[in-house]
Amino acid sequence: MYIHEHQAKEIFKKYGVPTPRGFIAFKPENAVKAAQQIGEGLWVVKAQIHAGGRGKAGGVKVADSTEQVEQIARDLLGKPLVTHQTGPKGKIVNRIYIEEGVDIEKEYYLGLLLDRKEEKTVMIASTEGGMDIEEVASKYPEKIVKVIIDPIIGFQGFHARTIAFALGMPRSDVNRFVSFARALYNVYNDYDVELAEVNPLVKTKEGKFIALDAKMSFDNNALYRQPEILAIRDLTEEDPAEIEAGTYNLNYVTLMGNVGCMVNGAGLAMATMDTIKYVGGEPANFLDVGGGANAENVAKGFEIILKDKNVKAIFVNIFGGIVRCDRVANGILEAARITNISIPVIVRLEGTNSKEGSKILSGSGLTNIITASDLLDGAKKSVKAAGTLKGDSK
Amino acid sequence: MSILADRNTKVIVQGMTGKEGTFHTSQCIEYGTNIVGGVTPGKGGTKHLDRPVFNTVREAVDATGADASLIFVPSSFVSDAIMEATEEGIKIIVTITEGAPIRDMIYAKSYVKSMQTKLIGPNCPGIITPGECKMGIMPGYVFKRGHIGLISKSGTLTYEASNQIVMAGLGISTAVGIGGDPIIGMGFIELLKEFQQDRDTDAVVMIGEIGGTLEVEAAHYIKNNFNKPIVAFIAGQTAPKGKRMGHAGAIIAGGKGTAKEKMDALTEAGVSVAKTPSEIGEKISELIKKQNV
Repeated sequence: MYIHEHQAKEIFKKYGVPTPRGFIAFKPENAVKAAQQIGEGLWVVKAQIHAGGRGKAGGVKVADSTEQVEQIARDLLGKPLVTHQTGPKGKIVNRIYIEEGVDIEKEYYLGLLLDRKEEKTVMIASTEGGMDIEEVASKYPEKIVKVIIDPIIGFQGFHARTIAFALGMPRSDVNRFVSFARALYNVYNDYDVELAEVNPLVKTKEGKFIALDAKMSFDNNALYRQPEILAIRDLTEEDPAEIEAGTYNLNYVTLMGNVGCMVNGAGLAMATMDTIKYVGGEPANFLDVGGGANAENVAKGFEIILKDKNVKAIFVNIFGGIVRCDRVANGILEAARITNISIPVIVRLEGTNSKEGSKILSGSGLTNIITASDLLDGAKKSVKAAGTLKGDSK
Repeated sequence: MSILADRNTKVIVQGMTGKEGTFHTSQCIEYGTNIVGGVTPGKGGTKHLDRPVFNTVREAVDATGADASLIFVPSSFVSDAIMEATEEGIKIIVTITEGAPIRDMIYAKSYVKSMQTKLIGPNCPGIITPGECKMGIMPGYVFKRGHIGLISKSGTLTYEASNQIVMAGLGISTAVGIGGDPIIGMGFIELLKEFQQDRDTDAVVMIGEIGGTLEVEAAHYIKNNFNKPIVAFIAGQTAPKGKRMGHAGAIIAGGKGTAKEKMDALTEAGVSVAKTPSEIGEKISELIKKQNV
């Protein structure tokens, strides 16, 4: 789960991670009030969306008068911001953050995440603050420093000192950097953070370390013990179909194609998308209905897939294990009746009682249900069905 | 022979009295797995599924001599359960539960690594040595006995692969679902080492997916150390970047962990890489035929 920059900074403040003074605004008038509250000088107005690349896309602007703050607020609020991470439609800016300007002497990058290879937390830092860390990693790998934090000892001063000296920080900065890094680690650890990024972390002309930007995402599996984070979730930033699927314990991801997919199991669901692509089609979604596909979640799955108007055929691919295919078949029929599906539904049932399941489907009298013998056959039939309908949109 | 589990494996089930635990334990018993007891704190001294229930793993091991544990406890107790079984000298732990927090697993995995325990999972379908031992939630009949080792990050895709192997007239020595979490117990390399030693395994099918580096590391290992034929499939060739595809670990993060980089590394290591799961059966038969010539 993601949160906004201003929310991340609120948490930072609590933990003693220094941030610039700032206020959130949902309306241009409030943006002006926020600027007045901060006081004279320069202000930075920042669009709050769950995507990176805001600066380059015009979502972060500097103002030197309250009139200018208001103008920028009007330009940003309620309009889509397109960054390299939002996709072509962009994301609507519903809130902006007004911050005091900071005199920057030096910019760094500091991040914390799981190193999957080491299976431990890694602290990553670089002198190339403000740049995408992936870009730094590919262009200047020598400018990145990593330290692994062993869970037995947790964060220690030497972790941060190793980084500070490797980055060539002057000796007089090292202790202040260690305090900053320790505070950030405490946030990371206490809140079950999946990724914490401060980019840039700036050293000001007065010699302070400040989190100029803040990005945090959280481990979904740990949200049950993070009520404070759950409470600030901004649902307007998320795909409505994905939210709805989540409430029914379905895993759904919207894609660009026209063949809807409903599969039991995440691996098989991905493999189904891959096979659709392999035979020349484009999957419209990823949908894992779980190991035990039943009538209720199959029906819900159909409903969610059908909300995507690009979908011209649905491929249901079930490998029945503990779940019997005859039950799944009955579930599909029931779901097809409830949701009143008019587009072709290609069904491949394999595993326990698959023959009985196929018999139920072919004897159902529903003409838009097509049975398939295996994964490849099902993918081919689905792509064909979706393609035909595309040119025949009466 | 086989790997990790056979008819002599004595299994306890942590979380046996819960809904999932009860259902799947009874399925395992029906399959013939030697389930010797269960552990549910507070229910010690009772019986469930005609097996004794203990309060702690220590009591269970003392009373039954169990050397394996199958874990079904809720996700917030997973790391606790893994560490308890590890502490008590359990040799093989299979964790089915999905949804364990990463922070918990960092500790659990670190502890497991420091001991002699072998961990499978979490978030996996388990292990099956056909005809001998099923420690998991897979439909047993899909797995017929034979000489192909199977290692997979995915549940239903494991069934799909086994089904094809069986249809091709071959069978499974042991199938291991390693799970789709960012931190798991044994990975591809550790299991390839087991299959390399196993005289009953002639070839291996490995099924990976997007996210992490296990498959690429396995490719480097295979190139210099593994001499049995391998067919691999990597799920998620069409997965978008930065989106989590069902499994907690199935995510292309920072442009890393794509299906392509894994497929390329495996191909370069001499592995026969299938583009769709439909090719698995065909490819493994080809390799076995070549081997027999």
